[in-house]
Amino acid sequence: MGAALSLAAVALAAIAAPFLPLWIVSLVTISIATGLVVVGLIILWRAGLVPFGQALFFATGAYAVALSSRYLGLKDAFLLVIIAAIAAGFVAWVVGFLLARYREIFFAMLSLALSMILYGVLVKSETLGSTDGINVSSATFLGFAPRGQAYTLAVFWLALGLAVAAAVFVSRYLSSVAGSLAIPIRDNEIRVEYLGISVTRLVHLKLVIAGTLAGVGGAVAALTIAHVDPAMAYWTTSGGFVFVTILAGAASVPAAFVGALVFEIIRTASVAILPGGWQLILGSVLLLTILFVPEGLGSLVVRKRGADKAKGETA
Amino acid sequence: MSDILTVSGLEKTFGSVVAARDINVAVPVGQTIGIIGANGAGKTTFVNMITGHLTPSKGKIKFEGQDITGRTSRDITRLGIARSFQVAQVFPSLTVFENMCAAAAIARDGGGLIRAAAASLRSARTLEETEAALTQFGIARFRDMRASTLPQGVRKLLDIAMATAGGPRVLLLDEPTSGISLEEKFGIMDVIMGALKGRGTTVLFVEHDMDVVQRFADRVLAFYDGTVIADGPPAEALADERVREFITGAVLHRTKPTANGGTGHAQG
Repeated sequence: MGAALSLAAVALAAIAAPFLPLWIVSLVTISIATGLVVVGLIILWRAGLVPFGQALFFATGAYAVALSSRYLGLKDAFLLVIIAAIAAGFVAWVVGFLLARYREIFFAMLSLALSMILYGVLVKSETLGSTDGINVSSATFLGFAPRGQAYTLAVFWLALGLAVAAAVFVSRYLSSVAGSLAIPIRDNEIRVEYLGISVTRLVHLKLVIAGTLAGVGGAVAALTIAHVDPAMAYWTTSGGFVFVTILAGAASVPAAFVGALVFEIIRTASVAILPGGWQLILGSVLLLTILFVPEGLGSLVVRKRGADKAKGETA
Repeated sequence: MSDILTVSGLEKTFGSVVAARDINVAVPVGQTIGIIGANGAGKTTFVNMITGHLTPSKGKIKFEGQDITGRTSRDITRLGIARSFQVAQVFPSLTVFENMCAAAAIARDGGGLIRAAAASLRSARTLEETEAALTQFGIARFRDMRASTLPQGVRKLLDIAMATAGGPRVLLLDEPTSGISLEEKFGIMDVIMGALKGRGTTVLFVEHDMDVVQRFADRVLAFYDGTVIADGPPAEALADERVREFITGAVLHRTKPTANGGTGHAQG
């Protein structure tokens, strides 16, 4: 039922997009970029791991797009997304050898530290655009080169397609043996090891998947904003991702995207209503979420479904 | 070769403390061995070395002819040596069913990371094995209870049931009846041995209760001061003068806490 509802929402969004004001389409595209990161964070979150530096992979993906476009002359959006995914996945694989050995606050802060190193490098390097960042020229879509409004729509549809692919992939992963071992890892690592599977390698795999998805999110952001800058690697960006993960909760995959959309709407509205004070509103929302919906927006749907089923079989 | 497990010249030291020394044991296929000894005698250290929790300082451990000395606990589990723990190691936030299902799924599809990520947790075969194990160990009626809320005996049975997932050839049970009332001990052991019967599993169990040892073990290994002081059929080993002096005597007074906590802890 959840899947059917989600697909209906996706189809509706895809069809309605050309009739909506462009700023709404852009806002939803940005939300999807965030949602792609958050859907990866769910994987880590379920195992009790909260990275405060997921912007590391988001920025890696975004910069992979910008640099490939600027220095290699690559223009195809699909190719750029693949490059971003590989780049971010590779970085996640490399830092994963270190990160996968840590848990709890050490994991969180080490991840933060790594993202701040990237931020420092980006700020200091002229080749990488320094504090100004790099403009991303318009991409093409398998030979088509839409302009203006059509370009915004093309990026939106691409983002939507990626969101569906990511949601399907993550849902499948979460019901796999490796994916479903999140609670066991949180509960009792010794037992997991003595059943014959490596916890470190499982966590490493989760990091690579989450990193790759964050890279794809970064690519979408780079394509839609047409600009990348070091702020994408800054810790407040990572904080935003954690914010959305709390808002959405780890119970449901589609909730990651809904949560991201709600976050963007709140942020946009806050800036309009209370310029300079939007953190106040965002902070209040976070407070209310933690107080009243501690397991996130997704838990509302999952809880209802659970009640409908009458039998409390959760996976 | 009929010996499934051979241990030779095994030694473990922690700084100046000798936790195990000169242990030589050959275990034939299918035997059930009771390991006895006072607290700190080296029983758990012995189990921990075989299962890869501790690396021996000296000596060799061979399983089915293969040298497994110093391998990781994960590798050793994959090879076919499983264990349960003195303090039951289960997943407290999962139900009994989910615990067993996770164990069965890892045994079936946890060999490679890619396979583990591709295979469904609840494959038909895994579900079948989960149901079978819950029935065999008599814990099917607790299936929907969270492991954190289980009575001690049921949690121990779940721990052991999980260890048997994947059909290990050697199973080491560290005090399967500890923390269980005297009346229940035999019942629990009957369930465990009943579930293992017909599988041909070689079992080594650490036990303090001599009645349990006499009833369930084919052979007894008596530990004292880090080494084996008696090795033979229960009647013979328990009649050994040193065993009577150092172990069965000590066991009678086991309510008195001993100062030596130097053996490895399973719960690490």
